[in-house]
Amino acid sequence: MSDEIRLMKGNEAIAHAAVRYGVDAYFGYPITPQSEIMETLMAEQPWETTGMTVLQAESEVAAINMVYGGAGSGRRVMTSSSSPGISLKQEGISYIAGAELPCLIVNVMRGGPGLGTIQPSQADYFQTVKGGGHGDYRLITLAPASVQEMADFVALGFDLSFKYLTPAMILADGIIGQMMEKVVLPPFRARRSEEEIVQESPWAVRGKPAGRSRNVITSLELDPVAMEVNNLRFQARYRRIEEEETRYETFMGEDADYLLIAFGSSARICRKAVELGRAEGLKLGLLRPITLWPFPSEAIAGYAAGVKGMLSVELNAGQMVEDVRLAVEGRVRVRHFGRLGGMVFTPDEILSAVKTKFELKV
Amino acid sequence: MEINDIIKPENKVYGKPALMNDTPMHYCPGCSHGVIHKLIAEAISDMGMEEETIGVSPVGCAVFAYNYLDIDWVEAAHGRAPAVATALKRLEPGKMVFTYQGDGDLAAIGTAETIHAVNRGENIVIVFVNNAIYGMTGGQMAPTTLPGMPTSTCPLGRNVALNGYPLKIADLLAQLEGACLVTRQSVHNAASVRKSRRVLRKAFENSMAGKGTSIVEFVSTCSSGWKMSPAQSNKWMTEQMFPYYPIGDLKNTNP
Repeated sequence: MSDEIRLMKGNEAIAHAAVRYGVDAYFGYPITPQSEIMETLMAEQPWETTGMTVLQAESEVAAINMVYGGAGSGRRVMTSSSSPGISLKQEGISYIAGAELPCLIVNVMRGGPGLGTIQPSQADYFQTVKGGGHGDYRLITLAPASVQEMADFVALGFDLSFKYLTPAMILADGIIGQMMEKVVLPPFRARRSEEEIVQESPWAVRGKPAGRSRNVITSLELDPVAMEVNNLRFQARYRRIEEEETRYETFMGEDADYLLIAFGSSARICRKAVELGRAEGLKLGLLRPITLWPFPSEAIAGYAAGVKGMLSVELNAGQMVEDVRLAVEGRVRVRHFGRLGGMVFTPDEILSAVKTKFELKV
Repeated sequence: MEINDIIKPENKVYGKPALMNDTPMHYCPGCSHGVIHKLIAEAISDMGMEEETIGVSPVGCAVFAYNYLDIDWVEAAHGRAPAVATALKRLEPGKMVFTYQGDGDLAAIGTAETIHAVNRGENIVIVFVNNAIYGMTGGQMAPTTLPGMPTSTCPLGRNVALNGYPLKIADLLAQLEGACLVTRQSVHNAASVRKSRRVLRKAFENSMAGKGTSIVEFVSTCSSGWKMSPAQSNKWMTEQMFPYYPIGDLKNTNP
């Protein structure tokens, strides 16, 4: 099938991409602003075409534990939710990381804390990249800035997750989830066969044949000596991911005097701010982390000597800015600009924030 | 006749189930878990489903069930086994999937997952070991602890005014359309052990025939948690637990 251009919401793109990627199961629970993901899947009825399972669970807790079970059998399984629901999933995410299972989790962020608002936010950055659940684990975190990336990151998320046997998250926000854009959907591919699953995932629980020892999916190890070995294995894997999977893009960064750093929907607004600044002679540039973990620390550090300041522009009170500061180790001024609680900045606001934060007379 | 003349294959009348390995069990003397494990192993072998069975172990004393039965296992988070089993069975309908859960796991922290998996009629078997106490964490009050029964978190005995009533979760599950078999059994004597083996097989057969969820509750002993000898435990269970949790079928849609 040739590439198919469609107009749809980011949430819908995730659903269509999941069916086309050959995902085996989706388990979810409704929450705004991401309910279109499950609604689209239910309308598409992929169990009639690819054989994909779609199940509305009784809670986010149940949904993530269904993901844990399905991932344990070597299947490609996913869930999605928004901030309060993602908080409920943290226990399960920690178990999935501890049991070294692959899966895809989608968070279409809304403003918090608590029940907060259904309007967009990026305030779950800390929760996503600093742990969220208990224990020393990391989540591969992809931050889409377009409907196209919502679709593309389904495949990327699963590929990375299966490559490294650790969960991956698409960290979007209500803007990316709800806005409509053109998207090229990927071609259909078949779900993996029994033979392919066994070959790719020999650890999977699929019933123990006489020839092999039993497979056990667990995160439990009471012996601290062995548990430290497990943790060291996780950490070695995380270092490998940091070396090989860091992704980012830049916009007019080469000659920039001031570098904006922003992800997801914020990065789109920052592009316009860069253009506005350049039009009045202020040389702005943008660096957009595509992976929030692993974080593009080296790339950001590379700009430290060449720019006069960096502004981390986020829909939160200042979260990613801490990682920017860690990256540049005090070599350049780093400031934060954000809007909170579901409010979104305009390009003009960002431009004037640059001037104010760095005391520019323009 | 010397003993070695007697120990011969042709004289063998009973053996350890083939699915049970030689890992030394961590269960205390007088505990019901070991017998129930054995019965599950026998039921699986009786059906020839050794290579098609996936177990889901809980948090609690039976967390290590996966060390003793040579089948594939998933160890679930506390209370979440029915959700884990739901996905396994939906994705692998040809497999025989069961959960093994204690009273705290199933009837306290996992109440929602239990009720909804049963209400959906998931084609799984839920083995529920009710010993009225939290064994692994050291004998704290369980949702099924009897009124007046002392535990480390109700040392003066369960006070229903303070702690509420023992939860008869099986009675509750029997009301759900998705359940095809809800039954209470025990393993405290030879007759009950023989009966339980048949009941477990029926439950597993239900799951493969797509009849819905089967829940097999075992009213069980915890000698360490109860601070009794194994013999005292059996006596106490018979006299105190059985009146509150009567043995027998609560629901059986296809006897």
